[in-house]
Amino acid sequence: MSAHKIEPGVVGHGIADPDDSVHRGNPVTVDRYTAGARINHWITATCLVLLAVSGLALFHPSLFFLTGLFGGGQLTRALHPWIGVVLFFSFAGLFFRFWRLNLWKGADTTWMVRLNEVIGNRDHEDPELVEIGKYNAGQKIVFWGMSFLIIVLISSGVVIWNHYFSDYSTVDQKRLAMIVHSIAAVVIICVWIVHVYAAIWVRGTIGAMTRGRVTGGWAWRHHRKWLKELVTGKPPG
Amino acid sequence: MFPPLPNPSVQPSASKFGEQDLVRRSASTVPQPARQLTPMAKLIDVSKCIGCKACQSACLEWNDLREDVGINHGSYDNPLDLTPNSLTVMRFTEWVNPETKNLEWLIRKDGCMHCADPGCLKACPAPGAIVQYSNGIVDFVHDHCIGCGYCVTGCPFNIPRISKADNKAYKCTLCSDRMAVGQGPACAKACPTQAIVFGTKDDMKKWADDRIKDLKSRGFKNAGLYDPPGVGGTHVMYVLHHADQPKIYAGLPENPRISPVVQLWKGLTKYAGLTAIAAFAAIGVLHHVVMGPNRVTEDDEQNAKRLAEDRS
Ligand code: SF4
Ligand code: SF4
Repeated sequence: MSAHKIEPGVVGHGIADPDDSVHRGNPVTVDRYTAGARINHWITATCLVLLAVSGLALFHPSLFFLTGLFGGGQLTRALHPWIGVVLFFSFAGLFFRFWRLNLWKGADTTWMVRLNEVIGNRDHEDPELVEIGKYNAGQKIVFWGMSFLIIVLISSGVVIWNHYFSDYSTVDQKRLAMIVHSIAAVVIICVWIVHVYAAIWVRGTIGAMTRGRVTGGWAWRHHRKWLKELVTGKPPG
Repeated sequence: MFPPLPNPSVQPSASKFGEQDLVRRSASTVPQPARQLTPMAKLIDVSKCIGCKACQSACLEWNDLREDVGINHGSYDNPLDLTPNSLTVMRFTEWVNPETKNLEWLIRKDGCMHCADPGCLKACPAPGAIVQYSNGIVDFVHDHCIGCGYCVTGCPFNIPRISKADNKAYKCTLCSDRMAVGQGPACAKACPTQAIVFGTKDDMKKWADDRIKDLKSRGFKNAGLYDPPGVGGTHVMYVLHHADQPKIYAGLPENPRISPVVQLWKGLTKYAGLTAIAAFAAIGVLHHVVMGPNRVTEDDEQNAKRLAEDRS
């Protein structure tokens, strides 16, 4: 799909993301993620869940039984780092797709300052809070948080990937990597919970990553600036 | 001379200790054992060691292990480090005593110290892969080991080695299999100078006292016993002629203890981590219960429609 060709029923293409577009109808639907982006996302998501489960199994004795899901402790230990490698490259794909639209803007700071109104569901009449581009500040924090934590996790993970890299670090460095890896893992699981919960709470969001589309109303309600950009083909005002 | 253990009967006999005598088990708990075994210890008298490596050979022999043929590194150390096969190695140091200007040849038999507070066991995530008996033995149970190498980070003496062949951790067992039938460690049995002796921990301390007195009378005024309190004492102890500076014996740690980083990882982080995860999940559930779903309204859809239609 080229950036400015108007197809039947298609209102316009946003500068926001050349792949996104609005389709007239009842309701209006808006393309939010391409098939490529969705596949990329779900590979990453699967890896993240597998990593969390296998990692937690080795993190706390009460969860060691989870190694059973991976065919025992030895296999869990062997697989976990490889899944990490897949996640790293898969996430890198997401990163290069999404980083530009996740750059921090002045409006994002306002949004964060008034976060209590957002989570209190009291944000829908305030122009400062509804004129949101493709991503709101919360989503941006999840994006950058994940990016940062994944780099921390892969670099500390390599240090403690003993099967291949045990000879390249001292015991002290391994200890440090161990604790950094655990703490970063806990934080990324918390970030993941926020991400998943937000997608569940804000109804209509999950469709963006499954079918690739949201309704016009959803875009109007949560990402109005993005919708306007898509309709007019240029940033409003 | 220290009276060596008599040769036991060769008739099959029941094991003198077992599961019921565990005081610690990695990543799991054990019931308080009904009896307390006499704490045993190996005493390595560095001042008596002649560096013959009979103990090293005996260890390979008893445990039916073979070391790869190595290369000459220009020192007597062979192999250069502990390996999954070499559970003990002699570490040779040439040291010039700054007071006497004498060259002293320090030979330390390195291997697991069988700590009373074992860092390896603390760090191990696999239930039952590392166990500690009330007689002081810290043993690795290979059936339960997953090869993660956490024990390596836990050990203050850098002892466990992970085999690349079967991905399991190996270290000295204090010949737990021999002790189970009333024998002492193979290394102690093989030592021609009684630099290695074995017995109850109390007897070993007494024996060490005599040795230290003797060394002091010969001018080694800092002779002493290495039984580091930072790990609760050890069941392998050294008599050192320079006990004030263990470092000169190929880096024997001055005050070994479980690294604070490992303590933090296996302590606070473990509990705080799970709590944080649970808290985030709970807040999500709570928020949903209180706020209900954030649904798109019909107004939103109409507004979107108007916007889209205005455009065309
Ligand atoms: S010396 Fe290391 S391997 Fe041996 S018991 Fe102590 S902590 Fe464990
Ligand atoms: S490698 Fe060490 S820490 Fe890991 S399971 Fe085996 S004994 Fe336990």
